[in-house]
Amino acid sequence: MTALTFGRASVPVKYLPVLVTGCLFVAMFVAGGIRYEGFASGQVVLNVFIDNAFLLVVAVGMTFVILTGGIDLSVGSVVALSTMIAASLMEGPGWPPYVVVPLVLLIGSGLGLVMGWIIQSFDIQPFIVTLAGMFLARGLCYTIGTDSIPIRDATFTAFAQTRIDLFADLWVSPSVVIALVVVAVAAYVLHYTRFGRSVYATGGNEQSALLMGLPVARTKITVYTVSGFCSALGGVLLSFYMLSGYGLHAVGMELDAIAAVVIGGTLLTGGTGFLLGTVLGVLVLGLIQTIISFEGTLNSWWTKIFIGLLLFVFILLQRPFSGRVRR
Amino acid sequence: MRRLLWPAVVLVLLLALNIFFTPSFFSVQVRDGHLYGSLIDILRFGAPLILVSIGMTLVIATGGIDLSVGSVVAISGALACLQISEDAGLPMAVAAALGLCLVLGAWNGFLVAAVGIQPIIATLILMVAGRGLAQLITDGQIITINDPAYKVIGGGYWLTVPFGILVVIAVLGITAFLTRRLALGMLIESVGGNAEASRLAGIRARGIVIMVYASAALCAGVAGLMISSNVSSADGNNAGLWIELDAILAVVIGGTSLAGGRFSLSGTVLGALIIQTLTTTIYSIGVPPETTLLFKALVVTAVCLIQSPSFRAKAFRRRGRSAPTQPSPEERVLAGRGGTA
Repeated sequence: MTALTFGRASVPVKYLPVLVTGCLFVAMFVAGGIRYEGFASGQVVLNVFIDNAFLLVVAVGMTFVILTGGIDLSVGSVVALSTMIAASLMEGPGWPPYVVVPLVLLIGSGLGLVMGWIIQSFDIQPFIVTLAGMFLARGLCYTIGTDSIPIRDATFTAFAQTRIDLFADLWVSPSVVIALVVVAVAAYVLHYTRFGRSVYATGGNEQSALLMGLPVARTKITVYTVSGFCSALGGVLLSFYMLSGYGLHAVGMELDAIAAVVIGGTLLTGGTGFLLGTVLGVLVLGLIQTIISFEGTLNSWWTKIFIGLLLFVFILLQRPFSGRVRR
Repeated sequence: MRRLLWPAVVLVLLLALNIFFTPSFFSVQVRDGHLYGSLIDILRFGAPLILVSIGMTLVIATGGIDLSVGSVVAISGALACLQISEDAGLPMAVAAALGLCLVLGAWNGFLVAAVGIQPIIATLILMVAGRGLAQLITDGQIITINDPAYKVIGGGYWLTVPFGILVVIAVLGITAFLTRRLALGMLIESVGGNAEASRLAGIRARGIVIMVYASAALCAGVAGLMISSNVSSADGNNAGLWIELDAILAVVIGGTSLAGGRFSLSGTVLGALIIQTLTTTIYSIGVPPETTLLFKALVVTAVCLIQSPSFRAKAFRRRGRSAPTQPSPEERVLAGRGGTA
């Protein structure tokens, strides 16, 4: 195996992008800690998790899709649709959360399943199919209602406002726990199950995977279903965070999710990447926002410019290690 | 020309649908020396999308994709309006905006061709950062201007025809001439088919890719001028939002494969017209505006399914007409093995 050596330690090249992202996160955190008072506390890191739990879950789903070499543009709209369905069902007919949440998850997975099925069986570009899915989900949101619907269900709000106290005044929200469970399950599935190996193999070389007798069609359909499920779950977490359903929630979230996956070192051509990288990618994006809010004088559009710059730097850093360059 | 059949059928169906709801839909009149009519409106409001789609077609023909055009639309409008609000004069404003767009496009092309980044990522950088840049130019505000000369670009008329339509015809004419009468189109297609092979054949693939991205950004820049001139203001946040998706859609509906290697300009124009007609139709047949996107999703899915060879093969199997199908991965593998399924 190719490896880079730093003194005595040697790191396999495939871990390098993740390592770079990790170093960047630490560097940003240290720089922030030196520059701003009250920055270098555990709660700042935990707040990044709390504010980005939904993005983390969505990005996990996106990682599955991108690992197979596909892309899912519908995630942001499915998130919005989930908040909308959840809010309208709880506010209108007054359905209890333990009915609404599974229903929302089912709808999200169903949408993903249908998109995956169309992509696989009719051989249409994922980009176009999920784009249609994006229009569809957004359109469904506006069909349900054009205004923001507040969520006032007692159980739901109580759960959303729960603080899970850790040691020494640190706390997280239940959403963070859910997101971390999703990450753990996804990491297990990707690295220790047959399905996970098929995902990597399909993304690496679809024809070889077919010749090896791997269930490529099933794998591709499943990853879009997983992404739909994760988007729906992300929507549920977002409704915990916002306590409302709105058709304009999560506009452009698909870009954040893709950016997080790319910053995390996963190649868009598929086949290479780690879930841990995605987690770090989300954290880096979250930390940029935190730093900009600490800076105070910077306007929100600097966030976008920074994310763009960061994407650029990362892609440049990863290029020598990507091995297989298209064109 | 068979490739253009389905898009044309869809466009005709959409237009015909309008007759039932608006009997005067196809009438075009001259009022006050200006052309008026629903068809003219479709062309006029569709002009920016057609422009962006023309640029996108060439990019996709090289096997790339340009996600940044929406941001470029916003940047171009923002810079032009800023210059005009600072009394820089119209020619200066337009030149500065289009110049910046060329630079941004060349940057995209440089990342793709020279650095070797995947097009979707390379342009994602500018898509994200470009929105921020546009807001930086407008300082997060909506710049409102009052310049009758600038207003002409998007909302004016020349020789009774809306100026925007003339711009589209000019750009389309130039592009068609360059790509179909000169060798440029063939070079672009060969780069899209196999960049490495065409380089070995003596084609300057890098230069062509950079030029194609620059021209896509230039088209987007002109579209940005049109959009901002039509409303006499620049909105860094919302101008050209999601136009890249509509443009890619228009290209795909027009029968250009996202894999690159061949393109159809007339197909793209048809595709863009379908999207714009769809929007107009939705308003004229009284579909509630909330469900616009729903309607769009259905039409897009239908058009893409109709165009998918494997869908046609499955749906029309009984007709016994062997469509020129693209083999599915399984079939490709079997063919590669020389096996007989």
